[in-house]
Amino acid sequence: MAEKYIARSAAIAARMIGGEMMVMSTADSTFFTLNEVASAIWQAADGRTPLSEIVADKICEEFDVDQEQARRGADRFVDELSQHGILLVSDRPLMDSSLSPESR
Amino acid sequence: MSLLAEMNQKALNLGLPLSVHLDVTYRCNERCMHCYLDHDDHGEMTTAEIFDVLAQLADAGVFFLTLSGGEVLMRRDFFEIVERARQLLFNVKVKTNGVMIHEKEAARLRELGVEQVQISVYSHRPEVHDAITKLPGSLKRTIRAIRFLKSQGLKVNLANVLMASNFSDQQGVIALAKELGVAYTLDPTITPRMDGDTSILSLRIPGSDLKQIFHNEELVGDVEEFCAPPPAPGEDVMEGIPCSAGHTACYISPYGDVFPCVQFPLPSGNVRRQKFLDIWRDSRQLKEVRSIRARDLPTCSTCAHVGTCTRCPGLAYMEGNMRGPSTADCEKSFERTGIPSANMLRRSRSASTGPLIQIQSLVPSLPTNGQLPVPAEDSFLSA
Repeated sequence: MAEKYIARSAAIAARMIGGEMMVMSTADSTFFTLNEVASAIWQAADGRTPLSEIVADKICEEFDVDQEQARRGADRFVDELSQHGILLVSDRPLMDSSLSPESR
Repeated sequence: MSLLAEMNQKALNLGLPLSVHLDVTYRCNERCMHCYLDHDDHGEMTTAEIFDVLAQLADAGVFFLTLSGGEVLMRRDFFEIVERARQLLFNVKVKTNGVMIHEKEAARLRELGVEQVQISVYSHRPEVHDAITKLPGSLKRTIRAIRFLKSQGLKVNLANVLMASNFSDQQGVIALAKELGVAYTLDPTITPRMDGDTSILSLRIPGSDLKQIFHNEELVGDVEEFCAPPPAPGEDVMEGIPCSAGHTACYISPYGDVFPCVQFPLPSGNVRRQKFLDIWRDSRQLKEVRSIRARDLPTCSTCAHVGTCTRCPGLAYMEGNMRGPSTADCEKSFERTGIPSANMLRRSRSASTGPLIQIQSLVPSLPTNGQLPVPAEDSFLSA
């Protein structure tokens, strides 16, 4: 499987509220709440760490899920958020965005 | 329940300030006749102070940040403030008159990921709009700004404050919003000036005009449903809170003063002297605002409109009691449904006894035999 690199777009608003990450696209105002697992992927989306490594280190390790199931879930999550421009996806490492969003 | 409503409920349960309105300046290049602000600079927060406040707000859980004024672009560091706010991942909405927005400024707002820009337009006719803003040429410049913002793909909301002097132009402003391809919102609320001067309240539209608005299908949707008599309030209504002020939202002035809402001038702390979270959690004033429940309102708890009224505790506070009625909202409830509020009934009862006393003082030979004077109304009729 080709490697994926994911980065948080600069065109979003986000905040961790009560253990869930709230994310809104400033481009189309679509709004998502991310559960704990999705939030972990989100936090790790630095554009430099391969998705497979995020899944292995942040999901399988911390949430005790098997690798294949975690990867399928992660791919679906990445696909959906990238359709709204919330996550940027590439087959090579992504440069930091100009805004360098801080995730809080 | 929508995700946004869920988020609001969650913030309410957790006591988080989900939304903050931050005025970065009170300076302005317009002098709108209805404006409640003093436009002098009495020591605005510096760029560094605002950056510090923004970081504190992000840590406190604020998601929605409205940057307003005054005119925001009167601050030379405005784009630095927006950039910092966006780095901190706030959902940023900007309120402006647009006069200083050209192609470059519009492009920068887009680049920074501002979610929405709200621009005030009072009329589609320059002679009316410019007479309200007291800035010749302002409508032309504002419309030009809207076009620049739209061409950048930004979401623009045209805010139409309605007063007696521009009420008849409302349809023209709606048509202008359609032509520009932007959203339209109207606001008939005029509030007293910050120094307590209530003279600008005379600019408010009369009740008959409010009624016309509330019965306009284009504005309210299903008129029958919107103007229906209020249902009997249930227990949940009586336990309800009036609005988000102090619960999930607050306002910060250019001088760092914290208030429950921009329309609720109850000083609750200052971020130059205290940490924002300390104010949010421990302010005696915010705790007082949070304690208000519909069942505790002396007049409004007995009112037919208690469950549906837009009663603003800030406007009530400006009338003297945050738990009292807001007469502007009483009027709205009445003009919407035709049913007088408890406050209106109470006032009309006391008014009907008022003239009786006045007439007594004017008539030299009132009976002294212990009989009651004739009712005031009859006296007027026979005069």
